[in-house]
Amino acid sequence: MRQLVILSGKGGTGKTTLASALISLSRTRAYADCDVDAPNLHLIGADYTRQEDASYYGLPLAVIDPDKCAACGACEQACRFDAVIQGSPYRINPYACEGCKVCGLVCPAQAIAMKPHQAGTMTLYYGEGAVFSTARLKMGSGTSGLLVSQVKNRLEHAAGEYTGFAVIDGSPGIGCPVIATLSGAHAALLVAEPSLSGLSDLERIIETARGFGVMIAVCVNKADINPEITDRIKAYCQREGLLFAGAIPYDPLAVQAVNQGRTIVDLDCPSGKAAKEIYRKIMPLLESV
Amino acid sequence: MMSDRTIAVLSGKGGTGKTFISVNLACAAAPATYIDCDAEEPNGHLFFQPAIKTREAVNVPVPRVDPAKCIECRQCVDFCAYHALAWTGRELLVFDEMCHGCGGCAMLCPAQALKETERAIGRVQTGEAQGVQVLSGFLNPGEATGVPVIKQLLNTGHPGGRVIIDCPPGSSCMVSESIQDADYCVLVAEPTRFGAHNLAMVHELARLYNKPCGVVLNKALPGDDPSRQYCQAHGLPILAEIAFEAQLGKLTSNGMIAVKEDPRYRALFERLLERIDQEACHAAVGHS
Repeated sequence: MRQLVILSGKGGTGKTTLASALISLSRTRAYADCDVDAPNLHLIGADYTRQEDASYYGLPLAVIDPDKCAACGACEQACRFDAVIQGSPYRINPYACEGCKVCGLVCPAQAIAMKPHQAGTMTLYYGEGAVFSTARLKMGSGTSGLLVSQVKNRLEHAAGEYTGFAVIDGSPGIGCPVIATLSGAHAALLVAEPSLSGLSDLERIIETARGFGVMIAVCVNKADINPEITDRIKAYCQREGLLFAGAIPYDPLAVQAVNQGRTIVDLDCPSGKAAKEIYRKIMPLLESV
Repeated sequence: MMSDRTIAVLSGKGGTGKTFISVNLACAAAPATYIDCDAEEPNGHLFFQPAIKTREAVNVPVPRVDPAKCIECRQCVDFCAYHALAWTGRELLVFDEMCHGCGGCAMLCPAQALKETERAIGRVQTGEAQGVQVLSGFLNPGEATGVPVIKQLLNTGHPGGRVIIDCPPGSSCMVSESIQDADYCVLVAEPTRFGAHNLAMVHELARLYNKPCGVVLNKALPGDDPSRQYCQAHGLPILAEIAFEAQLGKLTSNGMIAVKEDPRYRALFERLLERIDQEACHAAVGHS
C-alpha cells in the first residue's frame, strides 16, 4: 500500500481540509488520521456503517504498593522524569512517568510494580467500501509515536489485499508523532502557509522528511493572504528541487464546507478547484514512486 | 494594577493563533516575559526579533559502551523499555533517538561498561525586544521529544513580571508541562467544527489541572460558530472576539505585531489583559 502523508510543520495550515479532499477525489479505500493529539478527520465526509474500537496501551507505568513502601526516597532520587511524589507512602504521577522501570530497580522494598496503562482509544471505521483508521490519545499522555504506528498498522491490516494507495493525515510539528507518520511513507505533501512562521516551519518539516527519503511535494494554502511569501515558497521549492504542487486561495466557503461536515471538493468553490488541480498534479507522480 | 500572573495560551488545534495572541498580549503587557514552549515550531522570535542575550544547548544523557568492558550479558538490552539498545551478536548498539535518558542501563550494568554522556537535542535562547524578555526553545529536526527543551526553558531565569506562555498544539504531555505553573489558561479557538472539537479537548486538559480558563474566538466570521456554541453550552467565558481581517492576516504573516502597528489592536489586547486579570482574580477568590 503506497502511503501519501499530509504534513505541514506549522499547525492549522489546512492538512485535514486538503486530506479530506484528496480522499474524496481519489476514492481511496484506505485512509488514516495520525494526529492523535487533536484528531479531526472523522468530523468530515463518509457515512460509516460500522466501527471497531480498541484500547491503546502505552508502556506500563510504575505503581507503588502503599503497604510495602518504606518511604525511603530512593525512587524519587533515581527518577529522571520527576514522576515520584514525596510522601508516606510515596506515589507515582502517571502523567510524568515514562515507564522506564528505574524506580523498581532501586526500590529496596520491592514495592514498585509496572502496570498496564490505557493511554488512548483506537477506532476503525468502515463504510462506503473504505476503511478509516484513527485514534485519540488520553489527555496529557505521552508516547504518541507508538500510537501513530499502531494506527497505521491497523489500517494496513484492515485494508487487507488492497494494494492501491492510502491518504494519511498527519499532525503538526516535527517530533515523534510526525516521525512515526513518515516512517514507511512513499510521498509527503506539505501544506504551507504564506507567512514568515509558515516558511520557517516548512523548512523544519522538509529537513525532517528528507531523513526518510520520501518524495516531497509542497502546496500553499490561503496563498493570496500574502502573495509575496507565496512566491518565496515557490522559489524555495525550485531551489531545493521540490515539486510545487499548487496554491489554494483563502476561501470562506472552505469554512462553510468544514462546518457542514463536507469536503471542499463537494462544493463549487475556489479552494475546491485548486485542490483538484493539486490532485491532478501529484497523482501521476505518486504512481511512479 | 500590575500583576505577576502567568498566563498560558493554548488551543489543541494548530494554527488557531496561539502565537499571534501570545505575542500581542506580551507586547501590550510590557514590561513582560514571553516564553515560546512550541519547541517543534518556535515562531515567537520571528515577531520579536529579539537581541539575543544567551544561547544554551539542551543536553540529554545517553549511554556509551566500552566494548572492552562489555561482558555481553545483555541485561541492558532486556531492561530498556524504549528498545534503544540492541545486541547484534557481536556488538552493543545504542540508538540515541530512542533513548529517554532514564539512566537504567548504566545503573544495571554489572561490568560498568556503560557510561552516560551528554547529547544536544536542541537549544534555549533568551533575548529582549522593546521591554519584552523573549525566551524560546528549539528542538533539532529529527529528534523525538521536546519535553527536555520545555523543562529547561521553564527553568531558565527571567525577571518575572507578567509571563505569557505560548504552548505547543495538542493536549499531550508537552502541553501539560507548559501549563504546569500557569495561573490562568487562555484557550484560542477557530470558528470551525475542527476548532470546537479541539477546544473541547484543551478545555478538558485545563480542567484536569484545575486551571481557570477563558476563550478567545479568533478569525471570527459571520454565521454559525461551533466554538461559540461550545462556550455557551459549557459556561466558558468568551474573553474576546477577533474578527477575520485580510489586512491583519497580511500584517501577521509578515512577522509584524498588530499591537505596535494599529491602535485598534492595542486597545483590544489591553482590554483582553484586563479581562484576564478579572477572571483570574475571581477564580483565585473562588478557590480560597
